[in-house]
Amino acid sequence: MPAGSTLSGRTWRKHTTAGEWAVWLGWFAAGVVFVLSWRVMNENTIWAFVQDAPRQAGDLLSRSWPPRLSYLNKLWAPLWDTLNIATLGTVIGTVLAVPTAFFAARNTTPSALILRPIALFIIVASRSINSLIWALLLVAILGPGLLAGIIAIALRSIGFVGKLLYEAIEEIDESQVEAVRATGAGGWQVIDYGIIPQVLPTFAGITVFRWDINIRESTILGLVGAGGIGLQLQSSLNVLAWSQVTVIFALILLTVILSEWVSSKVRRAII
Amino acid sequence: MLTIEKLEKRYRTGDRALNGVSFTVDRGQVVGLIGPSGAGKSTLIRCINRLVEPTAGKVLLNGTDLTTLNGTALRKMRRRIGMIFQEYALVERLTVMENVLSGRLGYVPFWRSFFRRFPAADVEKAFALLDRVGLSDHVDKRADALSGGQRQRVGIARALEQDPELLLVDEPTASLDPKTSRQIMRLICEVCRERSLPAIINIHDVTLAQMFVDRIVGLQAGQVVFDGPPDALDEKALTAIYGEEDWHAMRKEKEDEARDDEEAAAFEQAREERMAGLV
Repeated sequence: MPAGSTLSGRTWRKHTTAGEWAVWLGWFAAGVVFVLSWRVMNENTIWAFVQDAPRQAGDLLSRSWPPRLSYLNKLWAPLWDTLNIATLGTVIGTVLAVPTAFFAARNTTPSALILRPIALFIIVASRSINSLIWALLLVAILGPGLLAGIIAIALRSIGFVGKLLYEAIEEIDESQVEAVRATGAGGWQVIDYGIIPQVLPTFAGITVFRWDINIRESTILGLVGAGGIGLQLQSSLNVLAWSQVTVIFALILLTVILSEWVSSKVRRAII
Repeated sequence: MLTIEKLEKRYRTGDRALNGVSFTVDRGQVVGLIGPSGAGKSTLIRCINRLVEPTAGKVLLNGTDLTTLNGTALRKMRRRIGMIFQEYALVERLTVMENVLSGRLGYVPFWRSFFRRFPAADVEKAFALLDRVGLSDHVDKRADALSGGQRQRVGIARALEQDPELLLVDEPTASLDPKTSRQIMRLICEVCRERSLPAIINIHDVTLAQMFVDRIVGLQAGQVVFDGPPDALDEKALTAIYGEEDWHAMRKEKEDEARDDEEAAAFEQAREERMAGLV
C-alpha cells in the first residue's frame, strides 16, 4: 500500500494511514502507562521520610567515614572464600551446561522429542531462579557454608552458559559440519572437528563472563548464610558498624573491577 | 566405476528434485554436471554420499550399492568418496594441516583425532598433498587467514587425503575470480587424471566446464537432458538445459573475458620482469 500514485505522480510513504495511527496510539499508551506507574509508585511513599532523606544520608555517610581499615585483616579469608565460591561454582556449572547445551540445540540434540524439552526445561528452571534464592533453598537443605554457595552459583550458571552456548551451537555454519561428515567421520569426530572449533571462542567468552558475574553474585550470598564476604557484610550491618561496611564495599568494588579486567583480557586473548 | 540407476529424490514438501537420473562414470573420467539453479545438481551429488537420502534408485560404486548402507558401513563408504565444496567448507578456525588431516577422520579412531596424533603415514601424505597444491608454506596458518583460491586448494588436499575412489565437486569455482577459477579447475582435473579418479563436478560456468571436463551431463528439472562430450554441447542442447537465450553472445563475452585475463597476466608478468630488471 505505501507506494501509490495520484494525478500528480507516484507517492511513497513508509506506513499506511492505519499504520501511522497505530504508531501514535502506541506512544499514547506508553504515556498512559507512565502516568499510572507514577501514581502507583507514589501511593505508599511517606513524604515526611523522603523530605528527611538528605539529612539521613548525610548522617549515614558521616558514620561510615573514616573506614575502619584495621577491619581488612578479618576480610581476607572470607574474600578468598568468595572467590572460591565463584570459581568452583562456574566450573561445575559450565561442566554441566555443556552437555545440556548440546542436548538443547536443535542441530545437535540426539532426540528432539524427549531430551531437547528436558534440556530446555533445565535451562529455563535454572535461569528463572536467582542465585540468592538458590542459596536460600540450599542453606535450608545443606546447612550454612561454602558448599551451599558453590552449588547455588553452579545451578544458576547452568542456565546462563547453557542458553548462550546452545544458541551459539544453533548458529554455526552447517557447511563445515557437512564437510567433516562427508569425510566419513564418526559422531564424536564431527563434534570435535565440525562444531567445537566454531563455538569455542563464544564458549570461552561466555564462561569468563559468567565467572565475572558470579564474583559479584557470590559477594552477597553470605547474606543468606552461604559463606563468603557477605557473612561479614551481614554481621556488620546487624551491629550498625557503618565504618566496617565501607571497608567491605570498597573491597567488593575492587574485586569486581579486578575480575572485570581479567575477564576482558581473557576474552580478547581468545577471540 | 560409478553407476547411478533411476535415482529419485522427493523432498517432504513434494518437490521432485531428482526424477529418474541414470548414468555411469568410468574410471578416470571427469564429468561436468551443468543445469540451471534448482535443477537438482547439488541434490544429485549429495545423494551419492548420502548427505541427502535418495527416495528411490541405486548408486553403485565399484559394485557396492551405496543407498542401502547404514551406520559404520555408511561411514566407511563416505571415507572412500572425497568432496569439494562451493564455499570451501573448511573448518575456519583450524589450521591448514588440521583441515587436510580431517580427511583421515574416517580411518583413525576418535582418541587419535582428538589429540591430533595422526599416524605418520597420514601426516606424510598431507605434506605431500600440500606440496602438490602449492601450499607448503601455509601448513600452520589458520584456514581463515587464506585467500579464496588457497582455501579451495586446502579443500582439494582434504578430499585427496581420503584416498578417494570418487571425487564429488560442488560448484568449486562459484566464489572465485575467473583466473583462479581456471587454476582450480585445472588442478582438480589434473589430479583426477594422475590418479585415474572419476569425478562429478557441478558447475554453473558452461564455458569453463567445456574447457576442462571429458564429458558433460545436463540436468533440467531433475532429469538428464544432455549427455555427451563437451564439443557436442551446441546451442540446441543449451536451450534444452537452460531455456531460450542468446548463447552465442554469452560465449563471445566469455572469450573476451578470457582474452582480458590473458592480457592482464601478460601485463603483470611484463611489470614483474621490469621490476626485476630494476633490482
